[in-house]
Amino acid sequence: MTPKTIFQKIWDKHVVHQDANSPAIIYIDLHLVHEVTSPQAFTGLRQRGLKVRRPERTVATMDHSIPTVPLSELKVFDSLAMAQLDQMATNANEFGIRLYGMDSPNRGIVHVIGPELGFTQPGMTIVCGDSHTSTHGAFGALAFGIGTSEVEHVLATQCLLQYKPKTYEVLVNGTLPAGVSSKDIILALIARIGVGGGTGHVFEYRGEAIRNLSMEARMTICNMSIEGGARAGLIAPDDKTFEYLAGKPYAPQGAAWDKAVAEWRTLPTDDGATFDKSITIDANSLAPMITFGTNPGMGMKITDRVPDPDTLTDPLAKSALDKALRYMGLQPGEALLGKKVDVVFLGSCTNSRISDLRLAAGLMKGRTVAEGTRLLVVPGSQEVKKQAESEGLDEIFKSAGAEWREAGCSMCIAMNGDQLQPGQYAVSTSNRNFEGRQGKGGRTFLASPLTAAATAINGVVTDVRTLIG
Amino acid sequence: MSQFTTLTSKLIPLPNNDVDTDQIIPARFMKITDKNGLAANLFFDWRYNADGTPKADFVLNMPQHQGSNILVAGDNFGCGSSREHAPWSLTSWGIRAIFSTSFADIFKGNALKNGLLPIEVSPAVQESLLALTEEAPSATVHIDLASQSFTLPDGSQHSFGIDPFAKICLLNGVDQLGYIQSHEAKIAAFEMAH
Ligand code: SF4
Repeated sequence: MTPKTIFQKIWDKHVVHQDANSPAIIYIDLHLVHEVTSPQAFTGLRQRGLKVRRPERTVATMDHSIPTVPLSELKVFDSLAMAQLDQMATNANEFGIRLYGMDSPNRGIVHVIGPELGFTQPGMTIVCGDSHTSTHGAFGALAFGIGTSEVEHVLATQCLLQYKPKTYEVLVNGTLPAGVSSKDIILALIARIGVGGGTGHVFEYRGEAIRNLSMEARMTICNMSIEGGARAGLIAPDDKTFEYLAGKPYAPQGAAWDKAVAEWRTLPTDDGATFDKSITIDANSLAPMITFGTNPGMGMKITDRVPDPDTLTDPLAKSALDKALRYMGLQPGEALLGKKVDVVFLGSCTNSRISDLRLAAGLMKGRTVAEGTRLLVVPGSQEVKKQAESEGLDEIFKSAGAEWREAGCSMCIAMNGDQLQPGQYAVSTSNRNFEGRQGKGGRTFLASPLTAAATAINGVVTDVRTLIG
Repeated sequence: MSQFTTLTSKLIPLPNNDVDTDQIIPARFMKITDKNGLAANLFFDWRYNADGTPKADFVLNMPQHQGSNILVAGDNFGCGSSREHAPWSLTSWGIRAIFSTSFADIFKGNALKNGLLPIEVSPAVQESLLALTEEAPSATVHIDLASQSFTLPDGSQHSFGIDPFAKICLLNGVDQLGYIQSHEAKIAAFEMAH
C-alpha cells in the first residue's frame, strides 16, 4: 500500500462523492457554531424550509460579541450585539442544537470548549464559521474555517464541497530553549513563509519539538496555521492526545474508548509518505518572537530591530512595510525592547488555556503590573476560569493589579467593548495584529504569554529571559 | 446567488498587499443578523476620518471610481478571517471582480459563492493593470467568464483560470447547496457506514 499522510487518511475516509472537474463532497463529523457567522445561515434554512440534518453533530456557543464583565455589573451593552446573542439562542432552540449560552458554566471560546468537552477527537472532520478552527488540528483532526454559505450547507446536509488541498510538512527539530514557547515556533514559521505561504495547503507539524509539546501548546501552533495561509494544520495524535481526552464529557467511554484509541493509533503519517512542500525549523535556534507590523508575518526575534523598507526591492512589499510602520508609529531600525506598552492582553483562542494562565501567573507571582500599563486576563472558557480560580491564579493576577474577566474572545476582536484606544500599544497573546483588530487605531504586538507577562511587569516590551535568569 | 457572465468596467486601484478581511469589513460591523447595510461600512477605517467624514484620498471615495465594479489589488487579497461579510460588503458596494496575484483560500471560496469573481493574474499583468489605472483611468476592461478571458483597452486578450465547478455555478447563478442535496442517497448511505 502507498504510504499516506494523516491528512490523506482522514480525507479518504470522508469523501462521500466525487465527480470529475468538481470538488469532493466530504462528510463533516463535527460542526461548531457561534453567534457572529451563523445568523444568515439559519435564515437561509428557514427560507428554504430546511432542518438541521444532524443536530447531534452540531454544537453552538457564544463567544465573539459576549461581554467579559459579569452581566450583573454590566451598565450598558451594545443592543446590536445583544440582538445577535438572542438570535443565536433562538436559532439553537428552534433547530434543536446544543448551545453553551450566556448562563452555561461550560461557555467559552469555541476553539477552547470543543477540546475541553471532548467533542474534538482524532480523525474527525471539523468545521466552524471561523478561520481559527484550525486549532482542533492539534488532535489529529482535519479542521478548518468556512464561510456562512458553507455553514448553511453543513447545517442542511452535514456535507461540504471541497477541493483537496496540498500538504505541507513543517518539521520542527531540536529542543526549545528556556523562555521560548510554542507561540514562538508558529510566529517564527509565519515570519519565514509569510501570511500567504501556506495558501492551498494543509500543514502537518512534526518532529521532536512538536512531540514534546503539551496538547495545549500544540493547539496554539495549529490555531495560527491560518495566519500562514493554510486553512488547516494537523499534529498526529499520540499518548498525550489520548491522555488529554480520556474522561472528557463527550469523549468515548469504556469499550468504545478502547476501540477509538486503537483506531486513532492508525492515523499518524506512514513512513515514506510524501508532502507537496516541506520546511525545517531548528527549535534550538528559536528565541521569543514579537510582531512589529500589521500582519502576523511581520515578526522578528524580540531582540531584533524593526526592518527598513528601503532594503526591499519589490515595490508592493516595500509600500506594505512602509504603510505598516506608519500605522504602528515605528521607525526602521528601532528596537522594540523597552518600548512603552499601554495594554497587555492575555487571552484568545491562541493562548487563554489553563497552561497559558499558569505560565503567566508563575511569572507574575510576587510582582505587580507596571504603573501606566493595563493587564487584561480573559480565560478562554468558564471552565478554564474556574480551574484557574481553584489554583489561586486569579488572586495572583488581581493582586498584581490585573483585570480578571469572564470568558470570551474579548480584545482579540474588540467586538464586545473590550478594545484599545486609538494610538495605544498592546502586547497581545492573540493571533492577529491587523490594523484596528483590537480597536480602531490600536497597535498590536503579538507575542507569547510569557512575553506578555514580562511586558506587563515592566510596562515596556521585555525579553522574558531577563526575568527568568 | 447572482449570476456572472460578462462585465465591462473601469478599474479601481488598491495596490496594497495582504489586504485582510478586518480591513475589508471591521469586526464591529459584524453584529448584524442579516446581510444588509454592509456597503456603507466597506473599508470603513481606510475610508472615513475619525469625525466620520470621507477621506478624500481613499480610492472608493474618489468621484471617478463611483459606479466602477473591478478592483485591482496587491498580492494575497482577503487574508485573515472566514467572514463572508467581506464579499457581502464588496458586492453590495458594487465590486463584482477583483484582480490579484493570489487570494486567500477562504476568501476566494466565499467570493465565488456570492457572484464576486476573483481573477488571478501574473505579477506582470497586475503591474500593467495598475499602470492602466494611472495612464488611462477612464479606460474599461471587459471580462468574459464563459471564455475565461479579459480584454484590455488596447485589444489584448488574457485568459484566466477558474475552478470549473464554480464557473458553472456563476454562469447560471445557482448555488452549491442544490448540488450537495442532489446526492442525498449517497450521503445517507455514507452515514449508515460511517
Ligand atoms: S479569540 Fe479571537 S481569533 Fe479566536 S475565535 Fe475569538 S475572535 Fe476569533
